Amino acid sequence: MIQTIIRPEVKQVRFVTWNAMMTIAGRDILRFLRDPMRLIFSLILPLILVGGLTGTLQSNLGRAVNYDLTTFSIIGMLAMNLFQTPMMGITSLIEERETDFSQELFIAPVSRYAIIFGKILGETTVALVQCIEIILSGLLLFGLHLSLTAALLLIPAALATCLFGGAFGTLLASLSSSARAASQLIPFLIMPQFLLSGVFTPIRVLPWYLDILSKLTPLRYVVDLLRGIIYIGDPAYNQIVLMNPIFNLLIIGVLFVIFMVAGTYLFVRNERNR
Amino acid sequence: MVRQSVLSTYDGVRSQQKTPSEAIVFVQDLVKRYKKSSKNAVDHISFEVASGSLFAFLGPNGAGKTTSISILTTTLAPTSGTVRIAGYDLATQANEVRKHIGIVFQKPTLDLHLTAEENVRLHATLYGIYPYRMTYRMMPKAYRDQIQELAEMLGIADSLFKPVKTFSGGMKRKLEIARSLLHNPDVLFLDEPTAGLDPESRRRLWDYLREVRAQKGITIFLTTHYLEEAEGADALCILNHGHIVAKGSPQQIKDELTQSKLLLHADDRESLRAELQALGLPFVEEELFSISLANQQMHKVLKAIETPLTTVKTFTPSLEDVYLQIIRQED
Repeated sequence: MIQTIIRPEVKQVRFVTWNAMMTIAGRDILRFLRDPMRLIFSLILPLILVGGLTGTLQSNLGRAVNYDLTTFSIIGMLAMNLFQTPMMGITSLIEERETDFSQELFIAPVSRYAIIFGKILGETTVALVQCIEIILSGLLLFGLHLSLTAALLLIPAALATCLFGGAFGTLLASLSSSARAASQLIPFLIMPQFLLSGVFTPIRVLPWYLDILSKLTPLRYVVDLLRGIIYIGDPAYNQIVLMNPIFNLLIIGVLFVIFMVAGTYLFVRNERNR
Repeated sequence: MVRQSVLSTYDGVRSQQKTPSEAIVFVQDLVKRYKKSSKNAVDHISFEVASGSLFAFLGPNGAGKTTSISILTTTLAPTSGTVRIAGYDLATQANEVRKHIGIVFQKPTLDLHLTAEENVRLHATLYGIYPYRMTYRMMPKAYRDQIQELAEMLGIADSLFKPVKTFSGGMKRKLEIARSLLHNPDVLFLDEPTAGLDPESRRRLWDYLREVRAQKGITIFLTTHYLEEAEGADALCILNHGHIVAKGSPQQIKDELTQSKLLLHADDRESLRAELQALGLPFVEEELFSISLANQQMHKVLKAIETPLTTVKTFTPSLEDVYLQIIRQED
């Protein structure tokens, strides 16, 4: 009877690490689909933000800046969602540490990086669904301008943004000793980023001290990357985009590696070195 | 004194019967001191577990059992010491160690939002036994066949696709054990697996574990508060304040640390007292006269006593008596 459980020989599948990442990602997607409140909230909130913000900004500040703030703010919120969803999803590792589920993950014979990356992939899928929703609502309801080239370039850029947000979330998770500590730390680190990264309002002109702080916020580079892609060929490009998308991508790449390696190392070390 | 005696006996037996290469778990001079603590939670412990045996870790709360098992299962880093499991060094080959062990933690590690099948699938694909697919239907037939058989064996065929949060405590435990065996581990670590279960669930779980051992010959490393569970172990370690205070087989520990007692009563208590003193037998006088002796001496003592006895009883200590005696001596 026990042969049912224990097969005489357990052969491993090929690409064990990839299989493990898919498993972890699949679990996060399943959990997302099984959580009706999160599902509804994640689908409705972007609509509320886009609907509530674009009209307000365009009506009051559109003339002052001399370009269309509707597209500007939709892309800002798109970047924010793509960055924030994986970031928040990864911090669920802290919650899982408290419910002891993370032990099931961390006793598996797979790389610690694969475990974290699997979680990021799962949350990235969730974020990409929201991304499609924001773009479709922007196109259909709020007059978003998007060329086919920009739409195609947006796919890898959105993926890079999600991975970057996940890596940043890993670093935050590694710095938080408990879910309570994380709930205090995250708003403290994320709220200033919304203001300083140009999600809602232009940041081309800033006082020197805010300019320094702005350049220290990771979100700034993904917001600017996405705008750099969306505004390719647009006359307002030089007014809106702060830096060449290639440079933004380079900075994102370097920071991703640093956040991912340092975050995973610290998270695992904190788990084991108590 | 007690500890030395037992340790030397155990080590003597082990050195004659088992060589270190036969030990599936080898622990030497293991130390763990938690951050911000001034004391070692595990303090220079050394032991071996023979392949295929049932090994039990006993001790009161805070003795260091869970800390030790956490280190052995790679979820906690030791402060110092050497650990080898299935021939792999814990410090340098943690991933290999993980492949060869199964673990059931003290607190359930099932995802309560997933179904029983999804929990099992997560484990099977995480360990690379099957390729991951998003739904049960998309999983390979071999997996579906295995999971159906498993569900029937656990008696959860009707609940296989229900969230685990609807399961009873005993059912969750069984599911966790079944899950931990999927990748065919050499050693199964069970950290207080029956804690919080009612007696019937405990019995069923042990029947199940006995079946697992009989079929597979897997090594079981158990921590428990229940002395009767440890009584059936091939070898055990008693931990207190991070130290090993006794180790060996339950019988070795009982023989080494306690003696059977002869309990006597006579109407003429004064005569019996004088006679025991004259025979040079140490005794404790309560309602009955209690004399500690080895079994083979009982007949000799009884023959030597001439005072008419009204009560003759023998008392053989259980593992629980031994355990309590050791812990009280230590405290």
